[in-house]
Amino acid sequence: MATVSLKNLVKKYGSLEVVHAINLDVADREFVALVGPSGCGKSTTLRMIAGLEPISGGHIHIGDRAVNDLPPRQRNISMVFQSYAIYPHMTVAENMGFSLKIAGRSQQEIASAVADAARTLGLEELLERRPSQLSGGQRQRVAMGRAIVRHPDVFLFDEPLSNLDAKLRMQMRTEIKKLHAKVQSTMIYVTHDQVEAMTLADRIVIMRDGHIEQVGPPEEVFRRPATRFVAGFIGSPTMNLRDATVDDGRLRFANGDTLPLPGQFRNRVTAGQKVIFGLRPDDLYPTGHGIHSGEAADVHAVEVPVSLTEPLGNETLVFAEFAGDDWISRMLNPQPLRSGDRVELSFDLSQSHLFDANTEKSLRG
Amino acid sequence: MRGWKPAPHVLLLLPAFVVLAAVVIVPLLLSLYSSFTPFRLTRPETIYEFIGLRNYIRLFADREFWAAFGRTVLLLTVALNVEMVLGLFLALLVEKATRGQRLLRTIMMFPMMFSPILVGFQFKFMFNDNIGLVNNALQSLGLTDQAIPWLIDGKLAFTSILIAEVWSSTSVFAIFILAGLMAMPKEPLEAAKVDGCTPWQSFRYVTWPFIMPFAYIAMTIRSLDIARAYDIVKIMTDGGPAKRTEILWTLISRTAYSDARMGLANAMAYVAILLSILFTVMFFRQLAKARQQIGAEW
Ligand SMILES: Nc1ncnc2c1ncn2[C@@H]1O[C@H](COP(=O)(O)OP(=O)(O)O)[C@@H](O)[C@H]1O
Ligand SMILES: [Mg+2]
Repeated sequence: MATVSLKNLVKKYGSLEVVHAINLDVADREFVALVGPSGCGKSTTLRMIAGLEPISGGHIHIGDRAVNDLPPRQRNISMVFQSYAIYPHMTVAENMGFSLKIAGRSQQEIASAVADAARTLGLEELLERRPSQLSGGQRQRVAMGRAIVRHPDVFLFDEPLSNLDAKLRMQMRTEIKKLHAKVQSTMIYVTHDQVEAMTLADRIVIMRDGHIEQVGPPEEVFRRPATRFVAGFIGSPTMNLRDATVDDGRLRFANGDTLPLPGQFRNRVTAGQKVIFGLRPDDLYPTGHGIHSGEAADVHAVEVPVSLTEPLGNETLVFAEFAGDDWISRMLNPQPLRSGDRVELSFDLSQSHLFDANTEKSLRG
Repeated sequence: MRGWKPAPHVLLLLPAFVVLAAVVIVPLLLSLYSSFTPFRLTRPETIYEFIGLRNYIRLFADREFWAAFGRTVLLLTVALNVEMVLGLFLALLVEKATRGQRLLRTIMMFPMMFSPILVGFQFKFMFNDNIGLVNNALQSLGLTDQAIPWLIDGKLAFTSILIAEVWSSTSVFAIFILAGLMAMPKEPLEAAKVDGCTPWQSFRYVTWPFIMPFAYIAMTIRSLDIARAYDIVKIMTDGGPAKRTEILWTLISRTAYSDARMGLANAMAYVAILLSILFTVMFFRQLAKARQQIGAEW
């Protein structure tokens, strides 16, 4: 059983607190991604779990062991670093077998474990090479190999793919997913890339400024973001988010334009309340070029001028002006559009989000 | 001379070549030549008398020379090892310091700033059997009640010289190793911790291979230094007592000036230089190997 649990975990550098009493429970064999903008405390949190950073408060349990004060070597974890941190003076095989050698395993055992890992990762041909003779992607594999040979309780990944080019990153993403299915270990994966988090994780932890904003499966954080921050962070292109005021059953934007108040929020807001209205580009489409997910009656159409288009082949992103500002909409089966053209946009309000302007929390309840 | 017009770059470089030739090449050739003559300072005309390898052949049978040679190698070996260990220790300590590291580094370099002659006088005074600090301290602490003849007993004198050498130059090792420690990427060390290493194992398997090239650079520099050692020994014991601390260069200078046998001294000097070259080649080989091992890009 390799659960990981963080209780009121705090990290301070001197008087500067960078992780503020966070709580998180990771189930056995779960794949959890910590995601958030750069500097929000993801690496610090991961390094505290690894034991590389002393903790300033709270508790960490791995399985049913409190590991607060245990050095990394007693935590039975593996970590893949962003810079790979391969030992430059050892061959690939020596790198991968190092932890077993330290653990005092026999030559034979080490050789067979290394061979196994090499097969999983397609490194068989490279075992005798030195790291300086490897490409970035190969080094990355070696770092992963080093992590898997010892069958740890928990795998920790700190942005393992961020030094790879886009194509290789996608390929490795798939391999990590396969790896998780194969080794069936608990994995905690740090990334600033929400796509990586969405595609890999069973559950996503969204962090901001040393706090946890929301924890949930990818589907849920995408569909039901708990805060304005999560709404803006998850999803690409980003959600349209605009300040509005509740006024007589409608949402009034700064320039006076209005939209009907979405039905699901009718009883959750009061007149005059300041809110933030959110709508994903998927739910805002030129009429006839998208699919509404709720009732047809909840779709509200407005004719607006196009300011800019970004054709992507199978779809086009249309930037159109509404309420004094450009909104991003997604056009399926794209037709050629030019800036200045007028287009009717469908607002699928059943999929819209409302956040309180003060607390920035979702009003969905 | 009219038709001869050298290219401008040749013309511009010519003075430099002339100066170099005058101050380096000519004296070098002259000394090499004189090692094939029975040249004595007291009889200048002997420089024209060519005797071939006779000086060198004599050296091979000269017990005093080989004793000095052996003593130099011994001093070199012991001093390098002691300095290496102490320097490593110092560097590791200073690297751990979170505050005042700059100040510590500067203090560490103090001994290097003293001229070797000064170091010689300083230790000659400290090890003096009557008025020296060392005996004084030992006696005050009640560790001994007699004056230990530091510079008078052959073995003790050698040890005293060794201590002076080590004191003055351990920082060479410390500084090179510290540079290595500071240039070392931190992630492999963290990876080692996660891989299950104790602090000692991290040092043994990760840190040590990385700083080895730096240690070899220090060794190369210091082996040249000690193979040429002169000042400290000259001041502290002048090769005494009874030539028990005679090393190559005190012997060479004595032969050249006191005995005025310049030709023989120059022959000794060339053999001594061979020793230096030998050590340099050896340490450079090790350095190249160690560098390749860590995949260094410098
Ligand atoms: N050694 C340190 N000393 C002081 N502040 C640090 C240190 N390491 C990280 N921080 C700060 O802690 C915050 C979180 O850093 P980090 O966990 O690395 O963020 P990220 O989410 O990008 O991985 C940042 O604001 C960073 O500046
Ligand atoms: Mg980070």
